[in-house]
Amino acid sequence: MNADMGLGVRDGDTSKMTDKSGPFASWGMFSRGQDTRLTVAFGDSSAVRSLPVYSLISLVAMIVFWFVATYTWGFPDQFKEPGLSDKLRIAACNSNDVCKGSFSQLLGPLTFPSIRDTWNTFFLLIDEGFQDITLWAHTKASLWRVIRGMFFGTLFGVPIGFAMGLSSKARGFFDTIVESFRPVPPLALLPLFILIFGIGDTTAVRLLIFASIWIMIIASRSGVQEANLSKVRAAYSLGASKPQVLFRVLLPNALPQLFTGFRLALGVSWGTLVAAELVGTRDGLGSMIFAARPFFRLDVVVVGIIVIALLGVMMDIILRFLESKLIPWRGKG
Amino acid sequence: MKDLSVKNVEMVYQVPKGEPVHALHDVSFDLTAGRLLTLLGPSGCGKTTLLNILAGFLAPTAGEVTLGGDIITGPGQERGMVFQQGALFEWLSVEKNIAFGPKMNRHSKTETKDKVEELLDVVGLAGFGDRQVYELSGGMQQRVALARCLANDPDVILMDEPLGALDALTREKMQGLILKLWKETGKSIILVTHSVEEALYLGDRLFVMAPRPGRIECDYELPFAENGLEVEPRELKAAPEFGEKREEILSIIWEMEEEIMGRGEAI
Repeated sequence: MNADMGLGVRDGDTSKMTDKSGPFASWGMFSRGQDTRLTVAFGDSSAVRSLPVYSLISLVAMIVFWFVATYTWGFPDQFKEPGLSDKLRIAACNSNDVCKGSFSQLLGPLTFPSIRDTWNTFFLLIDEGFQDITLWAHTKASLWRVIRGMFFGTLFGVPIGFAMGLSSKARGFFDTIVESFRPVPPLALLPLFILIFGIGDTTAVRLLIFASIWIMIIASRSGVQEANLSKVRAAYSLGASKPQVLFRVLLPNALPQLFTGFRLALGVSWGTLVAAELVGTRDGLGSMIFAARPFFRLDVVVVGIIVIALLGVMMDIILRFLESKLIPWRGKG
Repeated sequence: MKDLSVKNVEMVYQVPKGEPVHALHDVSFDLTAGRLLTLLGPSGCGKTTLLNILAGFLAPTAGEVTLGGDIITGPGQERGMVFQQGALFEWLSVEKNIAFGPKMNRHSKTETKDKVEELLDVVGLAGFGDRQVYELSGGMQQRVALARCLANDPDVILMDEPLGALDALTREKMQGLILKLWKETGKSIILVTHSVEEALYLGDRLFVMAPRPGRIECDYELPFAENGLEVEPRELKAAPEFGEKREEILSIIWEMEEEIMGRGEAI
């Protein structure tokens, strides 16, 4: 009865269903399936899901909007030489008295690059790169920084969080530190970090550690705190020692919260990355964007933004997949 | 098998604001090995506190508890505990939950494996070893909890309302299982329950406890558990002697409840 993925008919009476819902039924156009007998559906949020057709519509709408906004209307034929970028063609046309002003555009090439330019730049960046560093090298540098930041953020954050969950002294001690630093946006500390650590790769990684550590501390603290007392007592009754209770009960028991924290921290780190790469790094997607800006290479900027967005989405998908494999009991206790 | 002895146990909780709570007052009893003692009483009578002291999770304010002559100072594997619910380890399979105790004590793997197989059979879960505990129903989860507790071969099994979260039918089946385990293993069992019927059916000894301060009000020797497996449970529970005892105990508990209400302290 659910048309969730909507790409096939599951229930028995197919002919009847097609009659009722029309040809779009198989596209998941209607959120409620063939045999729904609800009298009032509005307000029943449990029946609301993300219909793929509408996601597709919004994606197409964004691309269409981009195309329309950057399209050059009424552009003279003689300037449509192949192989030139839109920016150069428009510049050539504007320097010609006859042609000047004969075309119009919603967003000029100095405001937003066209789809065609962005597409071409994407492949140019893969092959030749911007300022001799390929897109892949930039991506690799960024990913490696985030991985190091997350690794150390987790490595230091989890034990501190556990200590806070297990000892009142540790809780009191770290509470002040965590609560004072947690609300500070990592970006606000950038000037200090540059003064203290200088500029370069390690400073960027340290900023990412700062971005992730507080989240990991709080996630692991709540993971320990929320452990069911019966579970811990059962373990002691079964002859477990304190280290065994820690590593075989509290740690696996906190995994769901740790995972949530990790996903959150990764999102924040990825968001802080561009700022972190301001700190005098030559490579990295953030530094690519900043290097392209003074030259008005908006095509490079947009490619950088799209790659950052896609990688962010991909990381979240991978983590969700890992979560379903590693913590299958989540939400089923 | 070891005898359990409780001598003049007092338990006073210090409350940050207000008067200290006298959870247990002068509780003393001896339980010879192999008996099934049920604890019954209105809420606040200290049943669970007593169980936690026996398990070693709480130290009494005064008095001492000994098992086979040794003073209990903390949790130990000679006293197994079965909780109402939520005490299984979801990240481990049924088998590994049951093998948790032996593994913590570094017993040999092959020996443990045989034992787990045997216990799965005993609690009626043969073939469920590699299932995940969160896939099981509430009754089956309590079977796993029983098997996990038995895997350590404890002298005393402490049960804190083990069947409290189960539906009526499953509950009756599980009562049969507890009786069967008790008879087959000969272990001492102390079981806290809210159900008078359950306390009468399972216990061969029964304490009715009273609140404020928590104490043992009556100590019954019961005949029903002795042949609880031979006679049909429904028939046993419908017998006139069973009914009489039930009414007697219910009236005691009702009196206590009314006294509490009269004092205006009930919540």
